[in-house]
Amino acid sequence: MLLFTLQRMLQSIAVLLAVSVAVFLAVYAVGDPVELLVNPEATQLEREAMVSRLGLDQPVWMQYFTFLSNAVQGDMGTSFVHAEPALQLILSRMPATFELVFLAMLVASIIGIPLGLYVGLKEENRIARAIMTGSIFGYSIPSFWKGMVLILFFAVWLQWLPASGRGETVSVFGIPFSFLTVDGLRHLAMPVINLAIPNIALITRLTAAGASEARMQDYVKFARAKGVREKRIVRRHILRNILIPIITVLGVEFGSLIAFSTITETVFAWPGMGKLLITSIYQLDRPVVVAYVMLVTFIFVVVNLLVDFTYALLDPRVSLSERMS
Amino acid sequence: MMSDQSSSPLLAVENLRTVFHFADGAYPAIDSLSFELRAGEVLGLVGESGSGKSVAGFSLIGLVDAPGEIVSGEVRFKGRDLRKLSDEELRRVRGKSVSMIFQDPLTTLNPVLTIGEQMMEAISEHETVDPAAARQRCIDTLTKVGITSPQTRVDQFPHELSGGMRQRVAIATALLNQPELIIADEPTTALDVTIQGQILAEMQTLQKETGTALIWITHDLGVVSELADRIAVMYAGGIVEIGQVDDVLDSPRHPYTLGLLNSVPGDTPRGEALRQIEGAAPSLTARPLGCPFHPRCFRASDLCRTEEPPLAEAGDHSWRCHHPLDPEKTP
Ligand SMILES: Nc1ncnc2c1ncn2[C@@H]1O[C@H](COP(=O)(O)OP(=O)(O)OP(=O)(O)O)[C@@H](O)[C@H]1O
Ligand code: SF4
Ligand SMILES: [Mg+2]
Repeated sequence: MLLFTLQRMLQSIAVLLAVSVAVFLAVYAVGDPVELLVNPEATQLEREAMVSRLGLDQPVWMQYFTFLSNAVQGDMGTSFVHAEPALQLILSRMPATFELVFLAMLVASIIGIPLGLYVGLKEENRIARAIMTGSIFGYSIPSFWKGMVLILFFAVWLQWLPASGRGETVSVFGIPFSFLTVDGLRHLAMPVINLAIPNIALITRLTAAGASEARMQDYVKFARAKGVREKRIVRRHILRNILIPIITVLGVEFGSLIAFSTITETVFAWPGMGKLLITSIYQLDRPVVVAYVMLVTFIFVVVNLLVDFTYALLDPRVSLSERMS
Repeated sequence: MMSDQSSSPLLAVENLRTVFHFADGAYPAIDSLSFELRAGEVLGLVGESGSGKSVAGFSLIGLVDAPGEIVSGEVRFKGRDLRKLSDEELRRVRGKSVSMIFQDPLTTLNPVLTIGEQMMEAISEHETVDPAAARQRCIDTLTKVGITSPQTRVDQFPHELSGGMRQRVAIATALLNQPELIIADEPTTALDVTIQGQILAEMQTLQKETGTALIWITHDLGVVSELADRIAVMYAGGIVEIGQVDDVLDSPRHPYTLGLLNSVPGDTPRGEALRQIEGAAPSLTARPLGCPFHPRCFRASDLCRTEEPPLAEAGDHSWRCHHPLDPEKTP
């Protein structure tokens, strides 16, 4: 158990290092921030002062190691644009994104699991086929397009929901949340649905596949032979078994949702990390982009670790020590 | 063991027919299945692989999943036709008055639930019990079927137990509510020989103790001769011969029964090769006309190829064959 934890930690650190190199080099190759930041009328001297202040005159590898040693200490550089620590800037936008992603996952599970059970437990019928066809669309329609359609329909045409922003927020432990106010919920509705749709589709299909497989298993038949009620068979015998893949996928999706929320946040002007990323890319705000990618990688790694542990908890056949080999 | 013959039987199966729906039509896996079982009696249901033994067992308690369908017949248990019950009424019979043990102990138990939970639900779905009392009943029953340290076992998951242990758990689960009938579908076939023997011996003791009627499904005549009071021989979805163990084994009337007897290793005289019945059992979709056994039968005549043989009987012994064997000459 201890060895497993240690091993997974080392793996995670290796992943973070590899990503840091890749990201740093990639960002280095794109554009010249000096052009953007320095007043075009500035003198050569002013330019040089700026370049050395930002550390841009150092060789690449020096810049990287400076970046790395700072990063380890939690310093990801200072935003060129906002003159604020990059990490702090991103962290200040994190609650908005997390709120969006959490609610999207919740909505996706609440809708996707029952739909999937319906399809997987019933014999083929027209409703089940409609759900499965719908899920293909739900999964494959691009996020930005769906977002625009939602805005056109609910904000422009029906004028039911606001098209942008977080609305009214309430602070809990100093962190602003939208879902606690009616206005906030109205603002959340469209971005959450937009983000949830592909995941509803994914969870529906996953649940359906799992349920239709599980219901054919001998243990379900044996439970029937014991006189166990259908309700309990579904809840304890079937759901308990398919929860394992569902939780795994939910965990992995959590990471990608944070990454993919950039599009949704941009379409709905949701002031989260994703929107900050897009703005920073346009402004060539290198430290913010690098800090964002590192942070998202970090979240991915942590979530995957958690998924592994949860998996081991849920599936008695998997013991952590066995999985090391 | 023999209960009063004049009293009405515990189970009376009449003309039971279960089909499987395939793309090109419905094919019967069991057809015109009829037999009776008295309280406390042990019936051995014997036949080659694919003869429909499992489908018959599942059909008795209405547990046939699509593409299978029970299409006609009666299953009268204590006078009530189980086929006419509502889903809820049937559920209350299953696991309470009639339990079943499956062929493969490795797939019977849910891998993610503890032994205890899977046993206790068999109790709590039929009566309101205090969890501690239910747990104790599980532990006691596990002890009865020869499981050591049952207090630990109830909290374990199936994968922590060997195949033999898991089958004992399934047997214990079937016994929990003291049913009047247990259908055991080849519960020892998947286990190694020593464990088979142990479990068989335990089942015999338990059956005598509890007086539960038992339908023991097997392809092994040797097992049946030790355990059963009566034997029903199945071929291609129907019973071709049924009677008291001694009658059927000592003077079989159906050529197929004789073939089965000759392929039991222990019964072959020394020096004589084990005789298998030539040919293979017909598949579901290719059942021969007339007597389904005719392509493999050494006594087959033109009549056998066209006409289904009718039921003939002598006392408690009955068979379906146009040219039955002479009871004086065999085996
Ligand atoms: N789910 C199913 N779908 C299609 N055909 C089936 C299904 N279950 C059983 N059958 C067919 O029904 C026939 C009887 O099968 P059954 O399982 O009852 O045989 P069995 O006598 O129990 O054999 P075994 O000794 O191998 O367990 C076989 O021909 C089998 O192919
Ligand atoms: S009816 Fe004919 S083919 Fe069938 S078992 Fe009897 S003799 Fe053989
Ligand atoms: Mg079988």
